[in-house]
Amino acid sequence: MNHTSTAERIIRGLLLTLVLLFFLFPIFWIFLMSFQTNEDILRIPPSLFFTPTLENYVALISGRLSTVAGDLDIAFMRNLWNSVLLSSLSVGVALILGVPAAYAFARFKFRLGENIAFTLLSFRFAPPLLVLLPLSLYFSELGLSDTYLGLVWVYQLIALPLILWIVRGYFEDISPDIENAYRIDGHSWAKTFRKIAIPLARPGIAAASLLAFIFCWNNFVFALVLASADKQPVTVGALAFVTASGIQYGQVAAAIVLSVTPTLLLALYAQRYLVEGLSLGAVKG
Amino acid sequence: MTSLELNAVSKSFKNDQVLSGLSLSATEGETVVVFGPSGTGKTVLLRLISGIYDPDDGDIRLDGSSVVGIAPEHRGIGMAFQNFALYPHMEAADNIASPLEARGGTAAQIMEKVREIATLLKIDHVLSHRPKELSNGQKQRTALARALVAGPKILLLDDPLRNVDAKLRFEMRLELPRLLRDFGSTTLYVTQDYKEAMALGDRIAVLLKGDFAQVATPQDIYNNPVNVEVAKLFGDPTINLIETRLTVADGRAQADLAGTTVELGTGYDHADGRDIVVGVRPEAISVSETPLEGALPVELIAVTPLNERVVMLLHLADGTEFFASSPEDGATGTRRHGPAFARIAPDAVLVFDRDSGQRIHPLDAGPQVSGQQTQ
Repeated sequence: MNHTSTAERIIRGLLLTLVLLFFLFPIFWIFLMSFQTNEDILRIPPSLFFTPTLENYVALISGRLSTVAGDLDIAFMRNLWNSVLLSSLSVGVALILGVPAAYAFARFKFRLGENIAFTLLSFRFAPPLLVLLPLSLYFSELGLSDTYLGLVWVYQLIALPLILWIVRGYFEDISPDIENAYRIDGHSWAKTFRKIAIPLARPGIAAASLLAFIFCWNNFVFALVLASADKQPVTVGALAFVTASGIQYGQVAAAIVLSVTPTLLLALYAQRYLVEGLSLGAVKG
Repeated sequence: MTSLELNAVSKSFKNDQVLSGLSLSATEGETVVVFGPSGTGKTVLLRLISGIYDPDDGDIRLDGSSVVGIAPEHRGIGMAFQNFALYPHMEAADNIASPLEARGGTAAQIMEKVREIATLLKIDHVLSHRPKELSNGQKQRTALARALVAGPKILLLDDPLRNVDAKLRFEMRLELPRLLRDFGSTTLYVTQDYKEAMALGDRIAVLLKGDFAQVATPQDIYNNPVNVEVAKLFGDPTINLIETRLTVADGRAQADLAGTTVELGTGYDHADGRDIVVGVRPEAISVSETPLEGALPVELIAVTPLNERVVMLLHLADGTEFFASSPEDGATGTRRHGPAFARIAPDAVLVFDRDSGQRIHPLDAGPQVSGQQTQ
């Protein structure tokens, strides 16, 4: 079965190493930086050898940032918590709204159905900056600016189309006869949705949720404009390290490590489902 | 007692008229096979009865009351799908238990019934398997068990043997009639295999172009098809059809087959001079090497032994192809080709109108009309 020659294997290995280096080196470097002081980081030439320090992490977790210019309060842990809260809530709301909608789009042909589905998808294409200005005006009018509710609402622009379209593909792949059979057995429409459609689309729902979670987590611009410090997620919160006395590279690196870890762990854990889920939904059997 | 009744049921999808005003009634416990080539709307018919689709027109009555507009879950029907439609995320036992759960009952009662029917269908050893771990035969039996387990009054079987191998199909063909009788359900069985239809049906309803061409017992359909199309659907090899003209002399009908006059029997006076199609079943033709009274001179082209019988391909004098079949020890002996004589059993000839394809019945042969919708 294996026809690859030694040369081919070596070249493949080399190329793989290059690709891995390209993608993983920055993460590795950031990880190192997070254990260095600003002086170590800014030393030229950079060195792999340094005395590791935990002061960056201590500063982040205690919320007190000591700089040359004096002490500074930072809300990093709160930001991290905000990220978790906003992303989870957004995905939760998007699931509640998106999964039944995806089912409707997959199973029923109705007037303007395709158009509505595509409009929802087009939210993903639209540059966020385009809608931000009017949105911030509306939000201050409605009293929604700087609230979790407002942010979760806006995050639906990110999460809802993703969940809707991925899960829709999944529902379309389930043979309608399986649902028909269940109803003929004597079960109601709602129970069929709950007991047949949802469980069978579960890998797709899981994959879509994970992606939506990561996309929400990574969002920067909505929260930057629509939320103030105590509601901001880490992506915006990291700006605090750009201080008057210079950029706190060490803390930035530590903040990145801390903020990437949850999504990274989640992605690693769900990697199998993610690949399986996304490819299964895309390929029509 | 009539338990299933279809009254002028029509269904179309967009501009495609699938069923056009068909009617059928089935008495309690009866097995009616809905037979027809693919694409004639057999599956659509079952879906109308089960409530997956609603008819555009007409009425569907179960036990005397109309079910049009009633949701599938309230019709109390059992149905087995051609593609099995098992629930992939549930074990076989839960698949089978599904209709029972919908009807209520304790877990123990449900499990007992599941085990009972699983034993009957010989799948009790795979109850804890998921559908993907089952063989096609086991899947089919699981689907059947699910349809039967709640003892539905109406049982719809959509070509359940289509996706199983030949051996299993044969076994099930033998097993099913007893099973259906034991359960006492009124069964509508869809198939496009005429042998299955003949084996399982108390009656066969031949569905052609959206309507029943003939509804009658298997024997009646085979011996007295209402038209050429129905005649062609039953029998292997198919019925021999030869275009000719009917003439009547001294009250006896005759037709010219490739230069030889063949007797068609009496009672065709009303069809004198009409263009007809003569239909002869292969088994009504006996082939011999010696000329017989009224036999056609033919050329034997090929012989296919099929164990229990042989099928012979013949050419008439004008080159028309003709099939004959007979038990293995046929009159041709060891001959495999060459000139021979074919004799047609006179009372086995079916006469059809050439233009309409409709059967022309001999008038004095009694009421043979196995017409539409007869019980």
